[in-house]
Amino acid sequence: MQDIPPDTDARRDFARRFIQALPHCGALNMGVEEVGEGYAILSMPWDDRLVGDPATGVIHGGAVSTLMDTCGGTAVMTHPKGPKTTATLDLRIDYMRAAEPGKAISAKATCYHMTRTVAFVRAVASDGDFDNPVATAAGAFAVTT
Amino acid sequence: MKRRPEPVQVVKERRDRALNALVEGIPYVQFLGISFERHGDELTGVLAYDDKLIGNPALPALHGGVTAAFLETTALIVLSWQSLWDEIEEGRIEAEDLSPDTMPRLPKVIDITVDYLRTGLPRDAYARARVNRSGRRYASVQVEAWQDNRHRPFAQATGHFLMPPAPAA
Repeated sequence: MQDIPPDTDARRDFARRFIQALPHCGALNMGVEEVGEGYAILSMPWDDRLVGDPATGVIHGGAVSTLMDTCGGTAVMTHPKGPKTTATLDLRIDYMRAAEPGKAISAKATCYHMTRTVAFVRAVASDGDFDNPVATAAGAFAVTT
Repeated sequence: MKRRPEPVQVVKERRDRALNALVEGIPYVQFLGISFERHGDELTGVLAYDDKLIGNPALPALHGGVTAAFLETTALIVLSWQSLWDEIEEGRIEAEDLSPDTMPRLPKVIDITVDYLRTGLPRDAYARARVNRSGRRYASVQVEAWQDNRHRPFAQATGHFLMPPAPAA
């Protein structure tokens, strides 16, 4: 992976290219909303293929996890320390409530600490307001610098 | 008088019908290409490889989210199957009447912790879950996924689930 560009627009382009290069993220139509230093907001539009409970039409937790995992990886890659690669070591996901059927899901992730080998990430997912989350996550990512 | 055991095909057909009703009604499980093999009451989740499951194309490796979803789905189905199995075998539910529309409600995931042990390779993956505790309200389930070698899992997880309310008698 190349060095992270210094200005915001370039960083967003970098994140967009990073996401677009991941086939499964393309399959889920994930998009980049916002990127900062060790910080990212991604979104995923509503899709009936992602329904996990046919009785309620609620999206499957796995799809929300995938969005938060990707968002966590993006936050790691945009960290000022500029890691070359990253991979999830572990991820704990807490599901607060069902996402409202028909609504897009957004995830916000922060890489709040990075050593030479490990990055620590927190993430939150919501169908509207991040203060009213659908799920939260905490994870450790392996990095090569 | 002792009842004659039912013919094996009848028993198998009833059990497989119930399992299909459980799994085929979930769109996301179909989207990922997850199916279940049944030996008696034991289930093995099978994630059929597809290019759209790739996260990092440079390695290439399965997306970590796909791995998490596969583990979560296997845990959820195994947990649901365990209670459904008892209901059917004890004759409280008729497998013939089961369809995605008439299925008992699924448990809800409270939390899940996923350990990524190795890279998920671009090929089929398998998973088995063990229900460590299943109470009236909460359940704790452990699940493990592997590819080529059963004894070298590439991911494992522990999840907690909220059980659906028991149907009114």
